[in-house]
Amino acid sequence: MRHIISILIENEAGALSRVAGLFSARGYNIESLCVAPTVDETLSRMTLVTRGDEQIIEQIIKQLNKLIDVVKVQDMADAPHIERELMLIKVQALEGSRNEVYRLAEIFRGQIIDVSESSYTIQMVGPGHKLDAFVTALGAIPVVEIVRSGALGVARGPRGMTVPDA
Amino acid sequence: MELSGGQILVECLKAEGVDAVFGYPGGAVLHIYDALFQQEQVKHILVRHEQGAVHMADGYARATGKPGVVLVTSGPGATNAITGIATAHMDSIPLVVITGQVPTSLIGNDAFQEVDSVGITRPCVKHNFLVKDVRDIAATMKKAFYIATTGRPGPVVVDIPKDVTDPRVIVPFEYPASVSLRSYHPTVKGHSGQIRKAIDLIVNAERPMIYSGGGVIIGRAAEQLTRFARLLNYPITNTLMGLGAYPASDRQFLGMLGMHGTYEANMGMHHCDVLIAIGARFDDRVTGNLAKFCPTAKIVHIDIDPASISKNVVVDVPIVGSVKSVLEEMLPLIEDAGGAKQPEALAAWWAQIAQWRDMRCLDFKTNGEVIKPQYVVQKVWEITHGDAYVTSDVGQHQMWAAQYYGFDKPNRWINSGGLGTMGFGLPAALGVKFAYPEEEVVCVTGEGSIQMCIQELSTALQYHLPIKVVSLNNRYLGMVRQWQEFFYSGRYAMSYMEALPDFVKLAESYGHVGMRIEKASDVEAALREAFAMRDRLVFMDFQTDPTENVYPMVPAGAGLNEMILV
Ligand SMILES: Cc1cc2nc3c(=O)[nH]c(=O)nc-3n(C[C@H](O)[C@H](O)[C@H](O)COP(=O)(O)OP(=O)(O)OC[C@H]3O[C@@H](n4cnc5c(N)ncnc54)[C@H](O)[C@@H]3O)c2cc1C
Ligand SMILES: Cc1ncc(C[n+]2csc(CCOP(=O)(O)OP(=O)(O)O)c2C)c(N)n1
Ligand SMILES: [Mg+2]
Repeated sequence: MRHIISILIENEAGALSRVAGLFSARGYNIESLCVAPTVDETLSRMTLVTRGDEQIIEQIIKQLNKLIDVVKVQDMADAPHIERELMLIKVQALEGSRNEVYRLAEIFRGQIIDVSESSYTIQMVGPGHKLDAFVTALGAIPVVEIVRSGALGVARGPRGMTVPDA
Repeated sequence: MELSGGQILVECLKAEGVDAVFGYPGGAVLHIYDALFQQEQVKHILVRHEQGAVHMADGYARATGKPGVVLVTSGPGATNAITGIATAHMDSIPLVVITGQVPTSLIGNDAFQEVDSVGITRPCVKHNFLVKDVRDIAATMKKAFYIATTGRPGPVVVDIPKDVTDPRVIVPFEYPASVSLRSYHPTVKGHSGQIRKAIDLIVNAERPMIYSGGGVIIGRAAEQLTRFARLLNYPITNTLMGLGAYPASDRQFLGMLGMHGTYEANMGMHHCDVLIAIGARFDDRVTGNLAKFCPTAKIVHIDIDPASISKNVVVDVPIVGSVKSVLEEMLPLIEDAGGAKQPEALAAWWAQIAQWRDMRCLDFKTNGEVIKPQYVVQKVWEITHGDAYVTSDVGQHQMWAAQYYGFDKPNRWINSGGLGTMGFGLPAALGVKFAYPEEEVVCVTGEGSIQMCIQELSTALQYHLPIKVVSLNNRYLGMVRQWQEFFYSGRYAMSYMEALPDFVKLAESYGHVGMRIEKASDVEAALREAFAMRDRLVFMDFQTDPTENVYPMVPAGAGLNEMILV
């Protein structure tokens, strides 16, 4: 099963390597990993996508919690949540395919953010599978470059990930 | 108070009640050594190799329960310490290891004696710190001791660049009275609902088995464990790391379990209906083939580390908490419940266990004047009244020490279980002797292992640490040879120790007493003579049977009920 795991971690030098090192040392898989500051500048939030059976996911969460710098871990699968990913995709757009690319971008609610004589760069936001569907829909139209942020997740409803007191 | 970084570090150690630092100097820690030199309270033990320093601090910690402290320089000092740090980490031993680092301005420049100590040690520490500002030393040291000694203990590395201890930089010092981290809250008290569920399972067991491990030693809960087992009259087995937590001489004790466990302990595990795991981590040397492990048991597991629970074996009633606290809570509940509720089933279970015991799986054949290693250990036990601190190295001799020296008290059996580090025994013994100069400290070793940290014989002389070295010299890397005999048709690749030194002369050249014992009939007298030399380190080189194997043995891939007995 695919899981999105959110981590609040002390914003210290080396925090990322503790998490990355844990995954490589224990042979867990990381599909994507996204790290950025939060409103509280002493914390970073990581969103990590991994795969594994129930027992492995349970171990991953326990091992993450065991890292001294990790303040909080949440498996998004535990509650209703929203998943979004940003994709920037540069697609060949020549005479014959230019209109088709434009039309597909519209259908998938992408925005064209850069135009050249032979290409469109499209920005698209959505859950990963929607972005995948767009790439598939392009069919034979050549893709020049894809940049994806990896998934971000947030729980539905009024509550956020809280930080326990010291 | 205004102090330099080096002085602050020393003050932190004093504030933590540290009486000794095991270490080795070098460029990056010279300021710290200068500060240590100018006071008396914190002693420094100069080792001969940084690995030895960490093992000494580790032995000290295992015997006393207090954190061991190490000080080494940057680069090679830090890398030499790694084996020791990893050894402590695998066995959950509290250490604070201070490593020097190149000045902050040079970090990342491939400076002289620079290694990324925080990076290199990350996978084998509980936590580590790089201190970049002299004002952070005190708070960091407070955290380091706190993290090392609480929850599931472990080594913490504090990496300190040279400029941070510069004697010309003086800042105000105050040691924090307390520490708390929002990201670290070890659970001590068990969940009462889970405890009640566990009690229900425990008192109703028909074929119960208590399987306890190093967590009881680390958590200083031998007394609670003993009360628990006695109250229920249930059979108990200990892991290699848990020996001594329950008195070996007691009739409820079935010996060690696992790969080289006793027949009765392993059969008990295999056939039990309720397994009570206490501070043990279901290591692969203990479980054998997981698919065949405890096929009929419901499992209760008490452990302070949630990640230990259901890692290898999925358990039915997990309880996260310290052994001491959870058992303290369980004892009155068991009394209230009227103790064990299946007396007839339990009697039948004990009868079954008695039959397994009758196999006498630890009996061994003697052979005239050939010295049997098991016999030497038995005699050491006799002569030390079973009350010595015994450290060991790694190999067959380690297993024989575990099997034949019956430990009745906790913290007396000191060995590297998780990492299995050859070279551990001698320095660990010196660390114990430093802590308890009046106690008898014995290092049971092999001719292979002893050569991995033999240089510490010199440290022993300098600090007058008169331990007894019992070397079971079989002229083989015996444990390797045993596997080659069983599983590689006797192709003894590189397991024969050729060109061995004359250990008697070697001991003498280090300023100690050496003895070579070649005949079984000389063993006892030699031991008595050696142990009578209270204030000398005696190195006893026993020429033991080179063909002897460790039995019983559960081969890799087998279940615990599939033992090779002889
Ligand atoms: C050559 C060789 C052969 C070996 N053969 C065997 C063998 O036959 N049998 C055997 O048993 N081992 C054997 N070992 C050792 C084995 O590799 C493991 O080190 C050992 O089995 C682990 O012991 P343990 O489960 O008690 O765990 P430990 O490593 O001692 O871990 C302690 C557990 O207790 C928990 N804990 C710590 N403090 C507390 C507390 N206060 N409260 C609650 N829980 C706590 C920890 O989280 C951890 O889960 C062998 C090793 C070597 C080198
Ligand atoms: C540092 C290290 N290297 C290699 C090993 C693998 N190993 C385990 S036991 C053993 C043989 C130990 O020989 P010795 O000390 O003579 O003990 P014996 O088994 O003969 O009693 C070896 C090489 C190890 N455990 N540690
Ligand atoms: Mg040997």
